[in-house]
Amino acid sequence: MEQALKLDQALVARARAAAETIADDIQKHIDAHTTDSTERASLRLLGVTGVNEIDVPLVNVAVEHARELLSGGIMRPFVDLMMRTDKSSQEVAEGIAAGALEVADVAAERRAAVEKRATELAQQAVAHIDDVRRRRNQLVAEVGEPDKPYIYVIVATGNIHEDVVQAQAAARAGADVVAVIRTTAQSLLDYVPYGLTTEGFGGTYATQENFRLMRAGLDEVGAELGRYVRLCNYASGLCMPEIATMGALERLDMMLNDSMYGIIFRNINMQRTFVDQYLSRLINARAGIIINTGEDNYLTTADAFEKGYTVVSSDFINEAFALRADLEPWQIGLGHAFEIDPARPDQVVYQIADAQLVRQLFPEYPLKYMPPTKYMPGDIFQGHVIDAMFNFTGIFTGQEIMLLGMLTEALHTPLLQDRYLSIRNAKYVFESCRHLRDEVRFAEGGIIERRAHDVLHKATEQLEEVKQIGLFAALERGMFADVQRDPHGGRGFEGVFAVGDDYFNPLFSELRNGRLSGAPVGPRPGKKAAATGGGH
Amino acid sequence: MDIRPYGDTRDDGIVQLSFTLPLVYSVKAPDVGKQYVEKLGFHDVGVAECKAIDPGFTFFVAYGRTDTGIDPDQVKGDYLEVEEMDYYAINSLIKDKLGRKLTVVGAAIESDAHTVGIDAIMNMKGFAGNYGLERYAEMNALNMGSQIPCEQLLKTALERSADAILVSQIVTQKNIHVQHLTKLIELLEAEGVRERFVLVVGGPRINNAFAKELGYDAGFGPRTTPLEVASFLAHEVVRRAAQR
Repeated sequence: MEQALKLDQALVARARAAAETIADDIQKHIDAHTTDSTERASLRLLGVTGVNEIDVPLVNVAVEHARELLSGGIMRPFVDLMMRTDKSSQEVAEGIAAGALEVADVAAERRAAVEKRATELAQQAVAHIDDVRRRRNQLVAEVGEPDKPYIYVIVATGNIHEDVVQAQAAARAGADVVAVIRTTAQSLLDYVPYGLTTEGFGGTYATQENFRLMRAGLDEVGAELGRYVRLCNYASGLCMPEIATMGALERLDMMLNDSMYGIIFRNINMQRTFVDQYLSRLINARAGIIINTGEDNYLTTADAFEKGYTVVSSDFINEAFALRADLEPWQIGLGHAFEIDPARPDQVVYQIADAQLVRQLFPEYPLKYMPPTKYMPGDIFQGHVIDAMFNFTGIFTGQEIMLLGMLTEALHTPLLQDRYLSIRNAKYVFESCRHLRDEVRFAEGGIIERRAHDVLHKATEQLEEVKQIGLFAALERGMFADVQRDPHGGRGFEGVFAVGDDYFNPLFSELRNGRLSGAPVGPRPGKKAAATGGGH
Repeated sequence: MDIRPYGDTRDDGIVQLSFTLPLVYSVKAPDVGKQYVEKLGFHDVGVAECKAIDPGFTFFVAYGRTDTGIDPDQVKGDYLEVEEMDYYAINSLIKDKLGRKLTVVGAAIESDAHTVGIDAIMNMKGFAGNYGLERYAEMNALNMGSQIPCEQLLKTALERSADAILVSQIVTQKNIHVQHLTKLIELLEAEGVRERFVLVVGGPRINNAFAKELGYDAGFGPRTTPLEVASFLAHEVVRRAAQR
């Protein structure tokens, strides 16, 4: 860190300590509750899949049938049924859906045997996740690991088959990570749609089959290029832990997975979201998935210059929750963004200050840097220049996951050529400025240092205020993104259940037990990576 | 009188194009692109860039000249000509002519999760250097946010005796925004309250003529500022009040 800004380390320590207390406080709530999506994810981990005759997922049907028993968790009564009928998890779920089997409380004398069996099934589920993770490690070792920063682009056609075509083209042009944007409002569905889909609104449904198809498409192009291409989706919304489960099974590599995003931007109940994020992050941790947090969104509603500190304080909170769910540093992709108004004099100077600050506060994490969106003009030529300044700021401050801006950001989901032009822009800037950060120093007491100090100071004060009043009250007052939320309002509150003394779910302990660690490692990308055919 | 694109000389007709063909790149690809642009009606075509951006796709940047012109006087349409005022003039118009605060309720409706449009127009801070409706002393402005069902929007508008309803539709695919906008109109008509509100829609795919076709009073497209919306609302609500 040759060019490090001088930061007040006492402030950093105060901020981090406040975030720890905030997260500990919420963790007590998390430990005292479960949700229907947490229980559904548990059944998915036992292998339950598919839908009934009206397209309701069987996990929803089974959990709905067990609604009265949820304070004790779904695992015990469900596994009891498996044992009593000598059927597989899938057969039991089908039996419940057909009305042939009924979930019931487990007789006291059977409990020990049922719990033993459930623990074995949880161990098998976790072993399966580990196998998928080992497969990723093996592929990265064989195929090749790209240089940082990762070039991250989105596809969003609505049709999974077109998505694969576009994703492969993006990978050949240089993308290291492809995210499939979800159809608008999927986050508000209280179930996960099933099967492959060819229609969506503003994106493509996240389904397990769509995950599998895209995974296969990226593996194919990765082998061709000599570079493992990562797949990203969204473990967010009302089905956070279920999508994390699907991602763990289908070898996704990254997941948007924020502890507060759904509360603020989708009006999902906060009690629900905090409980859901915990299991989803335990699963992501186990699966070797890198999470991305969504602080960039704050700056689309609040002003990036005035409220830049809310990003930093939220990063501290997301960090604290991530560490409580066993995520390793290399898995914690905290978010921030390039959203200061380009009309502001010294805009890029301030962006560098904010980005460098986040870089130094979280030195071990692969930060996810988000491009300009709010002020992107219809003038695509000007937009391309603004994106270049974003790329410059990213490479100059050592960001590791660069979500590329598109020159047509303000207009439509990216065209094939938009993605190509955007990647070309990024590669030029990254290669031409790669070592600049080692060559320059920040002026002592200059604009950048003063701005960084100011943002850190305000973030620390905000965190200490949140610590005093509690995170629920802070969200109620609109302290993040200027959006106010009611702890008892929002979507999905009816799916939150207080757990009883007899709550039983061995997945929570098994997911933590004897986990693998470390990021995948592989050789630098093969030569083929640079080849995209002819032309002048 | 006809006008033509201006490159660097009047009437040279120079147009810049970029596009991708699902074409495997080969030595003949530049000619494929050139002849395609000629088929579009351009002459003196120059292919500036011709590049394989994927094994099955070739990207072109090309220039061509066109003889086609257009007479702006012959372009007719249903355009919204708002007499734009400044923040203070809008507030005093409402105060003097309406004699009470103007109430407006806004939302991104149904599945649309994007608040960027409604926020730009309504939030205190505003956009492009001018204040949002919430800042106006003579307006009671409520921004309900995103994914608001039409029923909830109407209920709130009635509870507050709103003068105007603002609807934002940002994300669309397969014309879902049209279904949402139509749903709101049908709901207002079914409840017999359509005439109570000045009904305005905004979004990147919206223009005034289209909005009117759907049954709205006005439509605002991209680059609209809060000042334009505020000016329209003030004029229209005052005008209607005077008629009653």
